[in-house]
Amino acid sequence: MEVIRKFVQTITAILYNGYWAFPVTKTIYQGPIKVICSPGLNCFSCPAATMACPIGSLQQMLAGVRSAFEVGQYHVGLYVIGSLGVLGGFFGRLICGWACPFGLLQELLHKIPSRKFDVPRPLRFCKYFILLFFVVLFPLFLVDEFGFGQTWFCKFICPAGTLEAGLPLLALRPSLTSAVGLLFFNKLIIMIVFIVWSVLSSRPFCRTTCPLGAFYAFFHRVRLVKLRLDTTRCTHCGACHHVCPMGVKFDESPDDAECITCLKCMHQACKYDAISLEAGGIPLGGTLAGGPLQTAPKENG
Amino acid sequence: MKNSSSNDKKQQFHLRKRPFVIVAFFLALLLVGVVTGEPPQVLSQAVQICLSCIGIG
Repeated sequence: MEVIRKFVQTITAILYNGYWAFPVTKTIYQGPIKVICSPGLNCFSCPAATMACPIGSLQQMLAGVRSAFEVGQYHVGLYVIGSLGVLGGFFGRLICGWACPFGLLQELLHKIPSRKFDVPRPLRFCKYFILLFFVVLFPLFLVDEFGFGQTWFCKFICPAGTLEAGLPLLALRPSLTSAVGLLFFNKLIIMIVFIVWSVLSSRPFCRTTCPLGAFYAFFHRVRLVKLRLDTTRCTHCGACHHVCPMGVKFDESPDDAECITCLKCMHQACKYDAISLEAGGIPLGGTLAGGPLQTAPKENG
Repeated sequence: MKNSSSNDKKQQFHLRKRPFVIVAFFLALLLVGVVTGEPPQVLSQAVQICLSCIGIG
């Protein structure tokens, strides 16, 4: 299953970045497919990007909301939020585990042999702060004299943008180096920190910083496709704790917001068939046995 | 026998409706966004290189 997941991750990364004429054209893809928001985090200023980054698009919408209102265009990002919500309702953070190029990169970096460290669990709350302030409130309310906000997350934090867009564009257009300043070096440091941290810890960006993962995490109880725990079979042996790349203790919290549904706990850890995959209540894989199921305990619908 | 078997199946495969409500809600938001003309704006922004967005300039 892990091979299949890596295959899907690779294919989606290629699909998101399928414009390979950029070394010749020296510019980014400008075709109509770019109207579609990519499910995973992928900078749309990347020369090879074929889709729009949902986080970048949402910030740009919110940053320009005043000027749009002035000309009678009520653009508040509903298209982007709707796109993300539909994906979130179906898959939630399964997208992080199966269809995010930056998640794939972190997983590959983590394969580099080194001493490994866990990510302190309280740091997971940082990504919700970043989503609320850097993606929504700052672009919306911190505006210049003309009423324009800034794309705060992209400009000051996003390491995916530095890696996928900043560095390749500097390589494609050396004239841009004259425009490089303190801001870029600051972002470069953030990118290097996350690259090194990814070698030492599993998916640190997803767990602490990613606003897209934070958005999908809101769907952890209600998403259509999710894992479920058969409490009659679970022995609480803790095997699922050791394989989880997100530090989830699945037997203790089967609806954990951090779960990216990578299926490692189901296929690589649980020897008792206590974990299965379901879609809307219908089993898709793992154990098909009945019994008391501990999934979405607060949900009646 | 048949009834008890189908009841068992019902218990086993309890269809969760909430995901469909959530998806329908966000689909409605998406459609409102489309009707108000947001996709062309997303496209126009996505096809431009925003240098300040990636920390250059």
